[in-house]
Amino acid sequence: MRGDTKSGKRNTELGIRNTESEERKTENVMMSGEMVLNPKIRIENVSYAYNGVLALKDITLDVPACAITVFLGPAGGGKTTLLRLINRLNDLVENTQMRGRILLDGQDIYAPEVDVPSLRRRVGMVFALPLPLPGTIRENVLYGPKLAGIKERTRLEEILVRSLQQAALWDEVKDRLDDPANRLSGGQQQRLCIARSLALEPEVLLLDEPTSGLDPISTAKVEESLYQLKRSYTIVLVPHSVQQAARVADYAAFFLMGELVEHQPGKALFTAPRDKRTEDYVTGRFG
Amino acid sequence: MSRQQVQRIGFALLALAAITVVLPILLVIGNIVVRGLAAINWEFLTAMPKNGMKAGGIFPALVGTLLLTLGTAVVCIPMGVGGAIYLSEYARDTWLTRAIRLAIVNLAGIPSIVYGLFGLGLFVLFLQFGTSILAGSLTLAIMTLPVIISTSEEALRAVPMEFRTVSFSLGGTRWQGIRNIVLPQALPGIITGIILGLLRAAGETAPILFTVAAFYLPRLPRSPFDQTMALPYHLYVISTQVPGMPEHIQYGTALVLLAVVLSMNLVATLIRSYFRRRRQW
Repeated sequence: MRGDTKSGKRNTELGIRNTESEERKTENVMMSGEMVLNPKIRIENVSYAYNGVLALKDITLDVPACAITVFLGPAGGGKTTLLRLINRLNDLVENTQMRGRILLDGQDIYAPEVDVPSLRRRVGMVFALPLPLPGTIRENVLYGPKLAGIKERTRLEEILVRSLQQAALWDEVKDRLDDPANRLSGGQQQRLCIARSLALEPEVLLLDEPTSGLDPISTAKVEESLYQLKRSYTIVLVPHSVQQAARVADYAAFFLMGELVEHQPGKALFTAPRDKRTEDYVTGRFG
Repeated sequence: MSRQQVQRIGFALLALAAITVVLPILLVIGNIVVRGLAAINWEFLTAMPKNGMKAGGIFPALVGTLLLTLGTAVVCIPMGVGGAIYLSEYARDTWLTRAIRLAIVNLAGIPSIVYGLFGLGLFVLFLQFGTSILAGSLTLAIMTLPVIISTSEEALRAVPMEFRTVSFSLGGTRWQGIRNIVLPQALPGIITGIILGLLRAAGETAPILFTVAAFYLPRLPRSPFDQTMALPYHLYVISTQVPGMPEHIQYGTALVLLAVVLSMNLVATLIRSYFRRRRQW
């Protein structure tokens, strides 16, 4: 494979020992073999550094379509960094270096010809803290579609209703769509942020601890809407707890200090972890 | 002395310091209002000066000051806000942007008479605009730019970074985020900065001394290349250059200048408080 030799060379540049990455690669190839044939997202030998400090070390990982993949692990493990690489939000951070490739439907999203705003429309992002944009509920949901150039009234109205329904917020806000968005409760705001991303009909939805600031009832509502959404969307979730990961995961990847320790389908990672470190984490021995 | 007593004395001293700030303003305004109010009537505001400025009104000086302020605004608002957007949203930290910032800080510290002489050299003589509203406005604009740039930049930076990130994540370009989210949120701060900068320009004498101001020109200017009277300079002239000037005209002129500047200040304050109530973060 062309990509392998290339990224192998790149890794040497970053100062990662090749033997280590070779070892990991065989493991991962085997794993992705048992998982999916045509992944929605393929992360190939990605290493990433902030100011010369490695945050991700040679990550190779497939994310299957129409399923929830969770990235779990203790803080500082690189989960959020990897998430932000998938829709190129880390382009905004200065002094970083990246090696390796990220493919979306087989296309390298870091290729020079890629139009970054359209990529971000295909790969939506929901952040840990809900942050409605200034303006009404309606304006928030339609912000993305309007920037994308959709002007037709009926079309926008359709998007508004569909997105809010998908995010399980419609019933609560249908009578006050023109109220300021920041008057909603925290849980509602987070579902509004999900609706805002869904308004663009993305193919992938990235969620970075979307329920970390929410109460259990709101959390349940968000998780419920994720179950509905995975039928048609590829979802990558950084959960805010191991329990949440275990509840929603179709596939789980465990990150520790920039390394992908283990990646397994279904609940296997939680019930039969292969690595001692994974076991220690999911059983609550550290975290 | 007990701790409470020491504290009470401390508070009293602090309060005294605060009151001392208010006192001169009250005295200045009170004095001018009391002595100048008698001169204010419709004719004083709308008539040409007569009889060597010892009678008649201040109409051309008032119009001149408004025109100069307008000219200054036309030049320095787009440049100032544009520069602030560049510095806050686009510029990376390089030697060039550091040099720009240093220049802005230094520009703000230059005495206004130096701006006047610079304007005389560059606009009046070298570019041959003559003593004109154009030359005066440009000189005032250069003087006002650093104020507008630094207040606007501050207002833009006060908008949380996360709004920009959200806009990016929804497929917005950098400019779309600025245009739709950042600028509207920063606008009250920017407008306040603009007004504060302009009112300083409206009250300045030194920069217009050699570039535009006419000693005595009892007619309205006809084009941007015309000279004009202006309130601050007119006040200087009737206070120091004309013997036997009736006092009420001097105080009346001062009152009008003060009213122009303070009303702009009031507008700035109102805009700020209006938007602050509506701010959503």
